[in-house]
Amino acid sequence: MENLLLIFTDYTIRNVLLGAIVLGLVSGTLSAFAVLRKASLLGDTMSHAALPGVIIAFLITGVRAPLPLLIGALIAGLLGTLFMSLITSTTRIKQDSAQGVILAVFFGFGMALLSWVIRQPGSEHAGLDRFLFGQAAATVESDVITMAGIGGIALLLIALFWKEFKLITFDAQYARTIGLPVGLLDVLVTTLIVIAVVVGLQMVGVVLMSAMIAAPGAAARQWTNRLGVMVILSAVFGAVAGAAGALISSSAANVPTGPVIVLAITVIVIVSLLFAPNRGILWSLRRTKSVLAPSPVEPNAQAHVVGSARPKGVYEP
Amino acid sequence: MTQSQIEIQVVAALVAAACAIPGVFLVLRRSALISDAISHTVLLGIVIGFMLLGDIENPLLIVFAAGAGVLTVTLSELLLKTRRVREDAAIGLVFPALFSIAVIIITQNFGSIHIDVDAVLLGELAFAPFNRVDIIGSSLPRGVVVMGIILIANLIAVAVFYKELKLATFDAGLAAALGFSPALIHYGLMTSVSVTAVGAFDHVGSILVIALMIAPPAAAYLLTDRLARMIAYSALIGIAAAISGYWIARALNVNISGAMATMTGIFFVAALMFAPERGLIAQVIRRKRRGERFAVEMLLVHLRRHEGTSDEETENTLGHLTDELNWSPRYAHQTVKRAQRNGYVQLVSDALRLTDQGRTMASTLLAVR
Amino acid sequence: MTKDTSLYPIAVEDLTVAYHEEPVLWDVDVTVPAGALMAIVGPNGAGKSTLIKAMLGLVPRSAGHVHFFGRSYAEERQRVAYVPQRGSVDWDFPTNALDVVMMGRYGRIGWVKRPGKADRAVAHEALEMVGMRDFASRQISQLSGGQQQRVFLARALAQDADIYLMDEPFQGVDATTEHAIVRVLKDLQARGRTVVVVHHDLETVPEYFDHVLLLNVKAIANGRVEDVFTPENLRAAYGGRVDLLLKQEA
Repeated sequence: MENLLLIFTDYTIRNVLLGAIVLGLVSGTLSAFAVLRKASLLGDTMSHAALPGVIIAFLITGVRAPLPLLIGALIAGLLGTLFMSLITSTTRIKQDSAQGVILAVFFGFGMALLSWVIRQPGSEHAGLDRFLFGQAAATVESDVITMAGIGGIALLLIALFWKEFKLITFDAQYARTIGLPVGLLDVLVTTLIVIAVVVGLQMVGVVLMSAMIAAPGAAARQWTNRLGVMVILSAVFGAVAGAAGALISSSAANVPTGPVIVLAITVIVIVSLLFAPNRGILWSLRRTKSVLAPSPVEPNAQAHVVGSARPKGVYEP
Repeated sequence: MTQSQIEIQVVAALVAAACAIPGVFLVLRRSALISDAISHTVLLGIVIGFMLLGDIENPLLIVFAAGAGVLTVTLSELLLKTRRVREDAAIGLVFPALFSIAVIIITQNFGSIHIDVDAVLLGELAFAPFNRVDIIGSSLPRGVVVMGIILIANLIAVAVFYKELKLATFDAGLAAALGFSPALIHYGLMTSVSVTAVGAFDHVGSILVIALMIAPPAAAYLLTDRLARMIAYSALIGIAAAISGYWIARALNVNISGAMATMTGIFFVAALMFAPERGLIAQVIRRKRRGERFAVEMLLVHLRRHEGTSDEETENTLGHLTDELNWSPRYAHQTVKRAQRNGYVQLVSDALRLTDQGRTMASTLLAVR
Repeated sequence: MTKDTSLYPIAVEDLTVAYHEEPVLWDVDVTVPAGALMAIVGPNGAGKSTLIKAMLGLVPRSAGHVHFFGRSYAEERQRVAYVPQRGSVDWDFPTNALDVVMMGRYGRIGWVKRPGKADRAVAHEALEMVGMRDFASRQISQLSGGQQQRVFLARALAQDADIYLMDEPFQGVDATTEHAIVRVLKDLQARGRTVVVVHHDLETVPEYFDHVLLLNVKAIANGRVEDVFTPENLRAAYGGRVDLLLKQEA
């Protein structure tokens, strides 16, 4: 109870909590699209690829202001995706290897740059390594405002281009025939995912940010068959995990925020996989007793059940 | 070169070679990102091992770490088997969770002891010469001994199971039909990845482990079609990246692992650009040649189609090609020149006419293959 | 230009398409008369799907032109509806049948705006036409292959176009679906629409279609079924295999 009161009185805890919720909302929303685009690991790649961008932005501007660093991260992340698609489209190297190369090489380059920057005289570079490991406790009000501003723009764009994003995610080819600039919209979605990643980086760090892109969408998918509901649920799951992480870590000594956020979202995933109606494992175990277990991911799995009942109004020979 | 410089490079070269062997199979089996997952989750194994054994130098730690690696793969596959999530999501869900548990245990229990999250990601090769063991009376860096053993183990494994690995990688169905268990080979490979990652990350950090497991094999994949050569090239590229990275790091005074990972990227880009068959430059040249030949063929077919028809006068002119074949005037001109050189067409003022040779060629092209 | 392309719903002129500089379609010249119900047939790798995709600008053309009512596809998008192969999308996408059909309205609705009541009504009507009225709110992964195919067909119907281009709609569907599709095709034709269908089953060509294009990289023959669907032309398109093919399918 005492800790709950601290939320309203303690400046640091309030910022951490608000930051974690914003992070969860934004990454949760984008996670839904990442999962549907089969790009769950994009968060992993992008969070690593962002590092050199952060350092170079720092070298150019000379200050550790959040916005320029985030823009640097964004540019590096997008360059990474560009290289990735260059590699997969021109060679026989597959997506996983291309992702791995980009992830490790960009991050390695960032590490080399960072070690050089840290050895320079002066103290402006202090705290740059937050972008590697994340340091939720160091979140200040200006960080929260920047995160909320950038995240808000991302969410607004999704709301605005909802129908277009839905169509290119489901059937890009058809989208092209009705005249949508599919390539451009693809870049926009990827940019939004990268934005979600870089917004969260300084709170939870590189490794754990990847979970925030992979997990909320995977959990939300289990509960619903509607895209709108899935995206909202995904955002809520992200926010709940963020809040839980911030509260738990502020109420106990020596508990880092980022890992707790990740464990919270992992618990949500496990619960969803087990108990979600229809798709949940327990549900299909119950059903197995009567019918053969349907498998949600495999298309047409229920063809033999559903297809046998002929709908009304169909031409019968 | 001082002795410690030589020792650092030997450790780095051993790491590079040891990583290349399982790395080749990861890249070929399209599970490269498993190395990313495993190289992070071995931390959990080390933490748990350390809690149980109470000694960070205990060789048994490697067993715990390898166990954590295999656990990562097993959990991912279990998740995949529920068919509620896809493969990419399965990996992305498991390893951050295990890594988080490890980080929480570390911060809770040993805030300041040797296990340090930064060191896991980044590694510090410069310390390699200071951590020594005595083997048969001579003092060697621990890294040389550990990575030497792992490299030899990987070499033996790949030599003994070469045929099985090859078959299971390229045709899992056939391998199973012939009685080799693809699952056994798969878990064997994952064990090798885990053990290599554990041995290596202590010295070079998990990022360089990933870089060395993926980038050199990916580069080698562009250079050869033969499995044995791909392994050899990967090892050589990895070693070259490690050693060049070391000297660059020294010259610029930057993090050694970071410089080495950057060098794997440079070598990869070099292969991507200059690989003799599959490189981008070779592709561009080949496409240009084929494109030129194809343009002449298109010209002949176009002329043949409109030859003797009422619209021949308008269709078969140099000026009309730009519209009809979507060519720039310059490209149309070049293509006509090329066709003239081959004796396929004649240009009479602005009108294009097929020669007998050109007509035969066009008919051949149009015949159903 | 000697031919007045505006007289035809579809006019393909000297179309050449190449993948990696190897021709997949060679100098194809086809006109489709208004109200035609045309099958595109040919052996595997003949470029049937590629022809449709090249018409729609989904694959780049090396040479030639495609006109819809004498104008480019970009100008006439709304009047051309496309039914892609069923396997080209992931049916585990979280949405229902009605929502997919509604996507057929997106081109008309335009950017940012949401579908309205009228669009919903059109989508319901389209589902009704393919015999899927009762499946409007069914999650698409829970539909059979044939039902999914009919959802795709309904999406094209919801676009209310003048030209329909369909890529293998009969591929792997049940008898109910096959009949439903045929009924829709005849209905479209009765309403004066032009329909072009990539088709595999030679046997049913005379029954389902009135025009046919025999394709094998180049256009072998093109015209009314009774004129061009001859053993000689089939042999030219399929090579010696056609006798075997017809026998197998008989």
